[in-house]
Amino acid sequence: MTEASQITERVGPMMRTSRSGRRRNQHLNFGVAIVGIVVMMAIFAPLLTRYSPIDQDFSATLQGPSWTHLLGTDNLGRDLWSRILYGGRIDLFLATVAVAAPLVIGTAVGALSGYFGGWFDVIVMRIADIVVAFPFYVLVISLVFIFGNGVGSIFAAISIVSWVAYARIVRAEALVIRSTDFMDALRVGGIGTVRIVFRHLVPNVVSQAIVYAMSDIVANIGVIVTLSYFGMGIVPPTPDWGSMMADGQPFFVGGYYGLMVIPALAVIVTSFGLSLIGDGLANVLRVKR
Amino acid sequence: MLRFLTRRMLLLVPVVLGVATLTFMLMHMAPGDPARTYLGDRANPAAIAALRHEWGLDQPLWRQYLNFMGGLAVGDLGRSMFFHDRIITLLAIRLPPTLWLMAMATLFSIVISVPLATWMAVSRGGAVDAGVRSFNAIAQGTPLFFTGAVLIAIFSLNLHWFPVAGYGNTVSQHIASLILPSLSVALVIVPFLIRGLRGALMDALNSEYVNFAKAKGLNRRAIWINYALKNASITGISILGIQVGYLAGGSLVIENVFAIPGMGTFLMKGILNRDFPVVQASALVFALLVIFIYLLTDIAYGLFDPRVRLK
Repeated sequence: MTEASQITERVGPMMRTSRSGRRRNQHLNFGVAIVGIVVMMAIFAPLLTRYSPIDQDFSATLQGPSWTHLLGTDNLGRDLWSRILYGGRIDLFLATVAVAAPLVIGTAVGALSGYFGGWFDVIVMRIADIVVAFPFYVLVISLVFIFGNGVGSIFAAISIVSWVAYARIVRAEALVIRSTDFMDALRVGGIGTVRIVFRHLVPNVVSQAIVYAMSDIVANIGVIVTLSYFGMGIVPPTPDWGSMMADGQPFFVGGYYGLMVIPALAVIVTSFGLSLIGDGLANVLRVKR
Repeated sequence: MLRFLTRRMLLLVPVVLGVATLTFMLMHMAPGDPARTYLGDRANPAAIAALRHEWGLDQPLWRQYLNFMGGLAVGDLGRSMFFHDRIITLLAIRLPPTLWLMAMATLFSIVISVPLATWMAVSRGGAVDAGVRSFNAIAQGTPLFFTGAVLIAIFSLNLHWFPVAGYGNTVSQHIASLILPSLSVALVIVPFLIRGLRGALMDALNSEYVNFAKAKGLNRRAIWINYALKNASITGISILGIQVGYLAGGSLVIENVFAIPGMGTFLMKGILNRDFPVVQASALVFALLVIFIYLLTDIAYGLFDPRVRLK
């Protein structure tokens, strides 16, 4: 590689205005817009609807969309729009928190494992092999059963399973960074090990884990709504997209498709937005390399 | 090849032991007393003590562990409280539907992915490419049970093409009742497979051996089939191997949507009945199944690609 091409390579992301470069940002922007709107709707739910998501009104059951009920009502006369908004609150909150904890734990464990190697690494990676042998849904569903239904159990179950992926990703990156010159320089400079790992190593290896976190939120939303769909997740009457779909499914036969399809669309649109952010971030970070 | 095989098998021993240990721990991670959970809060203490004895919970932990592992070694997975039978016999009946479901889902995912990935690689950057990418992103975010419910609504309830639920009694009924569920599960894997295959096809097409084949004057068709697709198939196998966890998790979910009497419904029934040994045993068998399929893909990998064996 010549001197000149090295320079453009380094300055790359700023200078490059190729078609694919712009498309990358489009992905990211579009994703952020979708997810931003969904999150705002969940946060400002009380301002966006006049109805409570749990109050039943038997004089207005199974109504179609109208100006009084934007998306209609369900079989118990509950306003569907309200339930979508409030359901998003709990699902998105739980999915995000259940990514944050494994991200932090997995990154720390993976960085230490990759940096130190030795017996710690061996033990961590064997545990990882064992956890990964279980299908994600099988282990999470079994754990939620063991811990009992509810938000806390779902959080614990997902965390126990999914830190492993982060640990593996970060460890692989840490193995590469460990033997670079700048790590040697830090060690020679007499910087403490803890400081090296958490101030210098982690910031260099965490980007892959963050990209993965985006697809992990999608997976979490999937498992949360699935648990609730099977009646073992978020406990009624708290509205949640999964239990809404379970409640709505019997009304498919009567032609009330919205009761199941609308919460499903909420899940699909949110996940689509998150995937776009993930793709966009992956591309941006890959270019920066 | 034999050395390659023995090495792979030996590497599995600690994982299998660890998986069994983790399943053993499941019962002991319960916040309360499993026996009390099973019998309910108002059960009399004598009944709880009897069940604790039956499940071996009254023994010291190390003995419980040895009993559990010893039982596994001779194929004893304990007894189901609800069905009053040995779990191993119950599972033996429920394994085939799950295996058929997973096999058909794999078949469907290949049948869907290969043409689409090829089409994408041919028209790279075009409308097909963009369209399939969006389809991937949407498919990945669609809950599996929703796909199943929609397929039931369209093809079973409206068009009456397939049974709504169950597994039937004859082979043709089995196949008919597994088509929609396996198609749903296939759609979970398809996005991964398409992405991987497309990448592998592009790599192959840009490679020197394809350039050489072109220079030699081979026609496009021969290049695609003998060079590009053949090489991409190796990537395909490894992706299918990695995705087998999704396949197993997917059949757990979809069996319960379509009421197929497989391992997934067995696990769920165990959960509904608070039948701890059943949940434990089903989780264990699911994990062993995944490990076994990993091994099979490794072997297939070695057979298809001689480079792997030498490593």
